[in-house]
Amino acid sequence: MKHNYYQQIEENIYSDTLPNGLRVFILPKKEMAKTFAIFTTNYGSIDQSFVPLNQQDVQTVPDGIAHFLEHKLFEKEDRDVFQDFSKTGASANAFTSFTKTAYLFSATSKIRENLKTLVDFVQDPYFSEQSVEKEKGIIAQEIRMYDDQPDWRAFFGTIKSLYHHHPVQIDIAGTVESINDITKDDLYTCYNTFYHPNNMVLFIAGNVDPQETMSFIKENQEQKQFDEPSPITRKFPNEPDHVAEQELEIKMPVSVPKALIGVKENQIPEDPKTFMLKEWMMDIALDHLFSRSGVAYERLYEAGLIDQSFSCESHLERNFGFSIIGGNSKDPKKLAQLVKEELLNLKTSPIDQDSFERIKRKKIGQLLRAMNSLEFIANQYTHYQLLGIDFFESVKWLEQLTYEDITSFTKTWISEQQLSTCFVTNE
Amino acid sequence: MVDKLERIIEQDGYDVHLIHTKKFKTIHLSLKFTTTLTRENVTKRALLPYILQQGTKNYPTAIKLRQHLDELYGTVLSIDSSKKGENHILTIRLELPNEQYIAGSQDLLNNGIDFLREVLYQPKVEDQSFDSAIVTREKQTLQNKIDALKEDKMSFANNRMIEEMCKDEAYRLRVHGYEEDLDDITAEDMYKYYTNMLENDHLDVFVLGDIEGLPVEEKITNLIDGGRRQPAIQKDKKVVQPTEQTIIEEDDLNQAKLHFGYRTNITYDDPAYPALHVFNGLFGGFPSSKLFMNVREKHSLAYYAASRIESHKGLMFVFSGIGPDQYDKAREIILEQMEQMRQGQFTDTDLLETKEMTINQLRETLDNPQGMIELHYQSVLAQSTLSPNNLLENVKHVTKEQVIEVANQIQLDTVYLLTSKEAAQNEA
Repeated sequence: MKHNYYQQIEENIYSDTLPNGLRVFILPKKEMAKTFAIFTTNYGSIDQSFVPLNQQDVQTVPDGIAHFLEHKLFEKEDRDVFQDFSKTGASANAFTSFTKTAYLFSATSKIRENLKTLVDFVQDPYFSEQSVEKEKGIIAQEIRMYDDQPDWRAFFGTIKSLYHHHPVQIDIAGTVESINDITKDDLYTCYNTFYHPNNMVLFIAGNVDPQETMSFIKENQEQKQFDEPSPITRKFPNEPDHVAEQELEIKMPVSVPKALIGVKENQIPEDPKTFMLKEWMMDIALDHLFSRSGVAYERLYEAGLIDQSFSCESHLERNFGFSIIGGNSKDPKKLAQLVKEELLNLKTSPIDQDSFERIKRKKIGQLLRAMNSLEFIANQYTHYQLLGIDFFESVKWLEQLTYEDITSFTKTWISEQQLSTCFVTNE
Repeated sequence: MVDKLERIIEQDGYDVHLIHTKKFKTIHLSLKFTTTLTRENVTKRALLPYILQQGTKNYPTAIKLRQHLDELYGTVLSIDSSKKGENHILTIRLELPNEQYIAGSQDLLNNGIDFLREVLYQPKVEDQSFDSAIVTREKQTLQNKIDALKEDKMSFANNRMIEEMCKDEAYRLRVHGYEEDLDDITAEDMYKYYTNMLENDHLDVFVLGDIEGLPVEEKITNLIDGGRRQPAIQKDKKVVQPTEQTIIEEDDLNQAKLHFGYRTNITYDDPAYPALHVFNGLFGGFPSSKLFMNVREKHSLAYYAASRIESHKGLMFVFSGIGPDQYDKAREIILEQMEQMRQGQFTDTDLLETKEMTINQLRETLDNPQGMIELHYQSVLAQSTLSPNNLLENVKHVTKEQVIEVANQIQLDTVYLLTSKEAAQNEA
């Protein structure tokens, strides 16, 4: 077992890679009452076309299957696993993102029992035709709920406008039609391919003893049989650099129209450090413009074009990346035009040095604040681990980032062909 | 639980609550101004948080104010208004990184407190009035907020239900205020209202973090002007007879919202309050609850079906999102779950597990800085000596009989359905 102490933040991480390939990380925090554990597979909504385990040819599965599988893993032949967690007073949950599916619990007692429940239920699937059919009704309700949420529709609309072929544009839950095609066998195909321990990370944070906890997980894994780990072949379509549609309009009942501007990322760095630096530079540049202390935010607010709903977020993954900026506006066309101008102007009028130093300070403080949350630590650490990056170590890279780095980055970051807009307006 | 200690100090016109804990890498200051909800002032109080964040004497614009917060290592200032029971609370929060984790950040706490004092006592004011351009602009911001809320169908349905259910009670009032009041509100009115709040509201100051050994009391004395009067928080324990009404309204939506409003008449300081928590857990508070298991899992009628208690007025709400054609069936099943609770149709194991989950949830809330402050504030509002830890202890001792008694005390008041146009016509 490896032990790393991160001096500045005063945190410890104990880690090991088990013989079956499972990576385990433990962050002890004795002051907390609770323990949070999250078991994550490197498999999300974008992993639609792949070579199934022990086969030769690429297969494509229905939209929304990773999320469907997440729901179904909780159901066993004789019981619902939620009840196993409930029995010990723990609360459990799960989520599916573009690139990950994660199962988690938090508890303030009987941690071992809960850890065993977590690891065992994820590693012991039971899918039946009957239960697959039943789930279709529940997920259809979930999809319809999202259909009524203009912010969600706008977010996915923007992604759709950015991408021609890449499966990130598919709704994570799929559609009512696509989930209807899912069969029990499809679920097993996906499960067997992507839920191998070699493709998974377990992170445990909170009131635990690292040695005991690690031994416990090891013993648990030694009792189970898995195939030899083998690399997974995933297939992604070729995606052009330019956006699919410069403008997309969604008509639905809204009290205030919306405009979201998307920025599509190309040339995503392979090298972990370069990747991470790019992510921070995107973050700092967007912060400089669009955060509450941002210069563009002030201009847009003074012009009466934005309100509290205005936001800005970025996602950077191995084979796609984008930023989305916008919100409610009385004049969505004008807002879109001005946001695009602000983004394109970065090339010629970059951030000033004082602002750069100020924003770096803020980012360091924000990270420290976020570390109050065991969930944040576990989620972020896992996210970057799957990208080959030590999240705690990478804080240093933020401190080392120079003014020259950011100005040379923004010189070439954004061109017109990477920008699109999604409007949501009343019918 | 580790090293947590609350010390309450009565200052000259306000109460200071010091909560020492080593759980967090930040220090939290929370000022809570409490007064009674009134129709006359509700919109002003909803507007105030927006105005206060637009500038101060030394940081006269929103961007200057925000950039100063950036300089303080991303210190967070947030101001909002909320309703708890029939109280309208204005909260001003400051979250600072603890300087021991950032090299070269000495005096961060002092600088943060100075800044908070500036926000509080030196807002952007001229001739006994807030800046009128700011007030005009922020009226628009609030208007946008009110408009946007209509899009969140769950909260829209809940608000509508409460309006109908509490027609003659202050609790009906919308915490974000009313569109129709905005035109008549002036910058002078707002400033007058603000100074009145500073002087006459009940004020609690919470300081939470790794603060042992820091001269926090002295710092707070410098933060708040003394010589104010500390009024008691008003308690209204009027029991209202339920109306047993059903209200069906239509909207443009795919998923219908079926909500139920109940009267528990049990508030935080009631001896039955711990049992009410357990009741709620069994009925609709957790994924193992009757509502979740039956409405969602057994009948696949909804993606969510849950219940929530209101602790200062004595209400309980049930929320569900259903197919518009499933109203009759969902209504019947939800009412049936309540009936089962009244008859005690749950096992000792269910009870034990739900108690564990309730305790777990409360302990987890105490692992979050804001959660810790909010839980302590509950007892302030209720003027109760029941601390979060006592509440935990009491939950452990809740019996099946007490839960059944609570179930039989809860009365259905209003059923509210927000559904599609087509379905509403069928119901009519």
